[in-house]
Amino acid sequence: MAFQILLNFSIAFIWMFLKGEYSVQDFFNGYFFGLLMIFALRRFFHHRFYLWNVFAVINLIYIFNRELIMSNIAVLKIVLAPKINARPGIFKLETELKKDWEITILANLITLTPGTLVVEVSDDNRFLYIHAMDLEDAEEARKDIKNTFEKAIQEVSR
Amino acid sequence: MIVIAKIIIGYFILQGALLSLVAAYGVVRLPDAYTRNHAASKSATLGVISVLLGVFLYFWLIEGHMNARIILGIVFVFMTAPVAGHLIMRAAYNTKVPLWEKSVQDDLKEDRKKEGVKG
Repeated sequence: MAFQILLNFSIAFIWMFLKGEYSVQDFFNGYFFGLLMIFALRRFFHHRFYLWNVFAVINLIYIFNRELIMSNIAVLKIVLAPKINARPGIFKLETELKKDWEITILANLITLTPGTLVVEVSDDNRFLYIHAMDLEDAEEARKDIKNTFEKAIQEVSR
Repeated sequence: MIVIAKIIIGYFILQGALLSLVAAYGVVRLPDAYTRNHAASKSATLGVISVLLGVFLYFWLIEGHMNARIILGIVFVFMTAPVAGHLIMRAAYNTKVPLWEKSVQDDLKEDRKKEGVKG
């Protein structure tokens, strides 16, 4: 993926040299045509066309922001309730992610999910131990993490 | 245009102040170290980000001065606050700070016992 971006930059510079004009406008024109070229030649690369990865990253940032706001509303509700009847606890979650940076991002996402915070990552990177504010919602949180976050992160690293 | 901008800026700053207040209130009110950490790490993050965003919009839309350092500040807070929350949580658990007595489940303790780690 990084190779494709670098190639796209090179094509943009070659475009500028061919035209003999060096402005931001010309750079973006060249970048656009380089994008079309790389898209046309995408079957020669080992990885998929890199624009899809860029979209996946944007999707991940969107999920981050949405979860941040949702979790704040959840905490607001618990803190301002007249009686604290939350039932906290630590539950275990198995993850399919392998690389270190993927697990870091997953842990950060979980921390920003409503009512969950990562306590510990097991040594073999297979389990995450998560402290939940209210364990009745934990089952749902687990499904949420499985279906949305893991998929979104896998989409980025594909 | 300026009036709309002022309303939005005011909303962001008020929201940030309110969330910071709720975070402080939660730290006082919640029963144990772990649940307090929930309130502190979440509400404080969004509170600080909202205030910074309001300040950024104020200088950009009303004073006409775009300050990229505030954007960098938002990104840094956004990236580091969850990590800080996790590390405090982990340090508390490893120094055996007890959970609230009404806690219902502790998978980590059971797994540690199985592995034969003292603690």
